[in-house]
Amino acid sequence: MQALVWMGKKNVEVQTVDDPKILNPRDCIVRITSTAICGSDIHLFNGYIPTLEKGDILGHEFMGEVVETGPEVRRIRVGDRVVVPFTISCGQCIHCRRQQFAACDNTNPNWHLPETLMGFPVAGMFGYAHLTGGYAGGQAQYARVPHADVGLLKIENDLPDEKLLFLSDIFPTGYMAAENCDIVPGRSVVAVWGCGPVGQFAIRCAYLLGAAKVIAIDAVPERRKLAEAGGALTIDSGGDVMEELKALTGGRGPDASIDAVGLEAHGSAFDDIKQALKLETDRPYVLRQVLRCTRKAGNVSIPGVYGGFVDKIPMGAAMNKGLTLKMGQTHMQKYMPPLLKLIEEGRIDPSFVITHRLPLSQAAEAYPLFVEKRDQCIKVVLDPAG
Amino acid sequence: MPTKVPTSGGVRAQPGKRNPRARIVIEGNRGIKVVQAVTVVRPAEVLYRFWRNVPNLMQVIHHDATIIALSPDETRWKVSAPAGRTVEWDALIINDEPGRMIAWRSRDGASVAHAGSVRFDPAPGDEGTEVTVALEYDPPAGKLGAAIAKLTRDSARSQVYDALRRFKALLEAGEIPTTEGQPAGGSRRERKGS
Repeated sequence: MQALVWMGKKNVEVQTVDDPKILNPRDCIVRITSTAICGSDIHLFNGYIPTLEKGDILGHEFMGEVVETGPEVRRIRVGDRVVVPFTISCGQCIHCRRQQFAACDNTNPNWHLPETLMGFPVAGMFGYAHLTGGYAGGQAQYARVPHADVGLLKIENDLPDEKLLFLSDIFPTGYMAAENCDIVPGRSVVAVWGCGPVGQFAIRCAYLLGAAKVIAIDAVPERRKLAEAGGALTIDSGGDVMEELKALTGGRGPDASIDAVGLEAHGSAFDDIKQALKLETDRPYVLRQVLRCTRKAGNVSIPGVYGGFVDKIPMGAAMNKGLTLKMGQTHMQKYMPPLLKLIEEGRIDPSFVITHRLPLSQAAEAYPLFVEKRDQCIKVVLDPAG
Repeated sequence: MPTKVPTSGGVRAQPGKRNPRARIVIEGNRGIKVVQAVTVVRPAEVLYRFWRNVPNLMQVIHHDATIIALSPDETRWKVSAPAGRTVEWDALIINDEPGRMIAWRSRDGASVAHAGSVRFDPAPGDEGTEVTVALEYDPPAGKLGAAIAKLTRDSARSQVYDALRRFKALLEAGEIPTTEGQPAGGSRRERKGS
């Protein structure tokens, strides 16, 4: 089959690789009909996520048709149309039972790596470095999906792929980010840093949850424009963000803030240099601004990905203002069914975020296009048949 | 029954190969203890029964170990050690409380004096069972003992941890996670799992 392979920092290729096989009894094989490039793939592409290896197949936003099932798969059948969540969960451990699916105990075969770095192993993920299991990803024509019965969202409508595909990650991720803001309907003002795909969904989900006002912050004009189309007021991150936020919130600051940027924030030469010198792995420029700008006793929600260590985090601001911080990889299986319903009811059409549609064969060219935000690129969907 | 070498017990040194690790002095390192625990969302009785069955145990113990049931209460363990050695011992169950705990020790005179136990305790809030494995080795003095001490220091903890991780995955999720045999690009046709 054809697959997008990471060959080193800023170097990806579409290669012919072996087709995936059933390896465990609860696996299935999905023939992929649509797949996307995620903002977190930028961190992988740029080499900022530790434990990615040359030869790894990337991609964790994909959907398709089940073509083979292992002997212990019961709910899912060959021929089912499915969306694949980016996290792999067993459905049985204490975390899965509490719907904390991204904290699943039993799906990361490389438990020693995260145990050393984080204290405990986190769930396995597709196309996302060996720290999270090293599972081959979905920017490919086929993928092996472990624990098919637990993970796969069965689609029984005839909506097109592009309305459903983002149930695999960025729609639930934006939703959980908004939910973590503890929005009080009609009252909460939410600020969203980063108007990439997750930020765009966070804006819309904050309104779905009743936010009185959403303020979005980004440097890129077309991304601010798309945020405005979603109902947000916008601020250019190149300006004085604190001043402008205060002006828009009666001097209080936002009740809740979402860091939808993560470890590759721009704006601080200090962090660029430290990251280049490997003195810190992540550039937490946005996170610092978020902690400073959020109102007293406010909530901070972090869907943006951090991989390792950050420096100069204003804990004094966070502590003395009494902020609540919530974060994490998305507990996908908890959110997919209710969000599918929202799509089916026509309350949201996730395809609004797509700017580029390309065949998988051009995936290697699509990466720099997306990473460098060329041609007003916000979201790339790849067609594996192309 | 394999023939035992009296002076080296279950440890077989490969002739003609010197093991630089064997020079480490053992004094002060005797009585190596390893305690590892995992919580499994299954009843203690189920976990106990799994543990009491030797073929089951083989599924979760490190690949390079063999366990042979000599009798209902006695097992022979062969575990590969650094430098191509094999460590071997017979374990005798000395305490068996169904659904609660199993304790064992090596037979008197074994080269690797060894005792261990696995306990099955209810987790708080009735959320599964806390499985705690405690092992203690008292390696002999001398170069071979030093090699064993080194082996145990380096790997006993991680071998017990790995076994408990596999045990938990198998009992909860029904399977042990793997990526061995999945496709990869680059110069490799297939990636081997970690």
